[in-house]
Amino acid sequence: MNKVFAWIAFLFGVLYFILPLFGMAEFSLSMRRGVYSLDAYRVVLADPQFQATFTFSVVMALVTIAFGILLVVPTAYWVRLKLPGMRPWVEFVTLLPLVIPAIVVVFGYIRLYNTSSWLPMTGTATGTNILLMFGYSMLSLPYMYRAVDTGLRAIDVATLTEAAQSMGAGWGTILARVILPNVLPAVLSGAFLTLAIVIGEFTMAALLDRPAFGPYMQILGANKAYEPAALAVIAFAITWACMGLIQLSTRFSKHTRAMS
Amino acid sequence: MAFLDLSNLQKSFGQNHVVKDFSIAVEQGEFVSLLGPSGCGKTTVLRMVGGFETPSAGSITIDGRDVTGLRPNQRAIGMVFQSYALFPNLTVGQNVAFGLKVAGVGRAERDARVAEMLDLIGLADLGARYPFQLSGGQQQRVALARALAPRPKVLLLDEPLSALDAKIRVSLRTEIRAIQKRLGITTIFVTHDQEEALSMSDRVVVMSGGRADQIGTPFEIYNAPATRFVAGFVGTLNTFDAVVTDPATGSVTLNGLPLALDRPLDAAKGATIGVALRPEAARLGRDPSREVVLPATITAVQFMGAVVRITAEVAGRRFDLDTFNRVDTPPPAVGGEAEISVGARDFILLGD
Repeated sequence: MNKVFAWIAFLFGVLYFILPLFGMAEFSLSMRRGVYSLDAYRVVLADPQFQATFTFSVVMALVTIAFGILLVVPTAYWVRLKLPGMRPWVEFVTLLPLVIPAIVVVFGYIRLYNTSSWLPMTGTATGTNILLMFGYSMLSLPYMYRAVDTGLRAIDVATLTEAAQSMGAGWGTILARVILPNVLPAVLSGAFLTLAIVIGEFTMAALLDRPAFGPYMQILGANKAYEPAALAVIAFAITWACMGLIQLSTRFSKHTRAMS
Repeated sequence: MAFLDLSNLQKSFGQNHVVKDFSIAVEQGEFVSLLGPSGCGKTTVLRMVGGFETPSAGSITIDGRDVTGLRPNQRAIGMVFQSYALFPNLTVGQNVAFGLKVAGVGRAERDARVAEMLDLIGLADLGARYPFQLSGGQQQRVALARALAPRPKVLLLDEPLSALDAKIRVSLRTEIRAIQKRLGITTIFVTHDQEEALSMSDRVVVMSGGRADQIGTPFEIYNAPATRFVAGFVGTLNTFDAVVTDPATGSVTLNGLPLALDRPLDAAKGATIGVALRPEAARLGRDPSREVVLPATITAVQFMGAVVRITAEVAGRRFDLDTFNRVDTPPPAVGGEAEISVGARDFILLGD
């Protein structure tokens, strides 16, 4: 009896999630009257705006990931090694982006760094891009920090550090050659989550007026019929590809095969 | 000045004085064990030599250089940990090469040294394996090779055998000692296992409560323990309180029973001193070559194969004695009266 209910619940869930997706995919293929075609996709992919905004967002994502790794890995390592008492506080800070809306943060940025402020970051495109990158890093902080911290939990940070130190290694060598390689699967999963967040982010990019993929999707959605559906399917495919890559990355490293 | 010199080391964590005034001079190539129960400060001493703890007072000199204020990576030490601490992302060969790479040793020289080290530990063909593919004993040998590869001045071993099973533990301690002798490297070994300390070391430091109770060769430590703690911690001991009757000749009474200890005593007439006997020093039955015969009542017999452990009551005290098994001598009956013979020189005098 229980099993029957479980199956009903499962089927309901499947229908609830799959049907809209299916409808959207079906619609995206219906640009040509009467037959299914990839016309909408062709139009979207050929749009120079699509290429430009998508490239912009991917580059922003990569820069954000690089910055995130440089910020989070040493921080999480140091907190684990030297400041275990600070961990609840650091975790609290990394969770703040989940409770502070992006729009509040971006308004704060604009007020603080506008052209008549002490640090006029929004005065140039590069400055604004940097500002946007900081915003993205903040949005990805909860995921990045948690992923790296979990990765660090799996290794004996203190003893490995001492072993490396006894052989003459300084902090830079320890981080680059001992800590980072051992948390790489965790860092990669954090990186793919960051990629997914940055590709779809709308609020910050729109309010800072950057030509990102999120605002482009919104503009397209407001003006076209079939293309937004095609774009949504593409965006879904990217997100799922990222999730697949997270799965892959955990199997990526040879030395952890025994543990998984 | 000795090669490795620890003088008046102290370490406190808050109100807790973990190491109190610890000094030792270790000669080049010497193997010194720090032996003691957990919490005696032995690991803290080792970590201060390694630079992982800063002494509250005192100084550490290695090869004439004061290293007290130096960071661990400036001290030229090699360390082996209880948990192996191999880098899981690196192969065995890369692990061993780590210290050489940090030191900027060139590729060819590095490869040669790694091969030499792997050969030394008998794992020459496992260089391409990852640590998780090795047994515990193999991992610990790799850890030893890794620590030795950059030619450290001092080797620090922090209970390296404690995580291994009994058989590997015994074979590996022989191997570690052989490698240490062959390279002539000055070594500090921390353990709570007296058998390890006695069998491997040139000198043993028995520690309790943050102090060195006694520093001496394994033979001295076992046969002439300086304090009651050392006597009780190292090996099994039968202890008695004896009353001195003549300090000059070493005559005492043991629960009314007169005996001669055959040496002058540093105690006044009528004073009570602690004397002790090792289980293997006593012999069941009357032995004409031994001066002292103690009447005893057998209370328990434990037949362990090669060794028969007999528990008796002597002078109102429990007395353990070990005899070797012999085909023609069945173990004595429990509850029976017996005589135990002891050499007068076998009595150990206990200090405080």
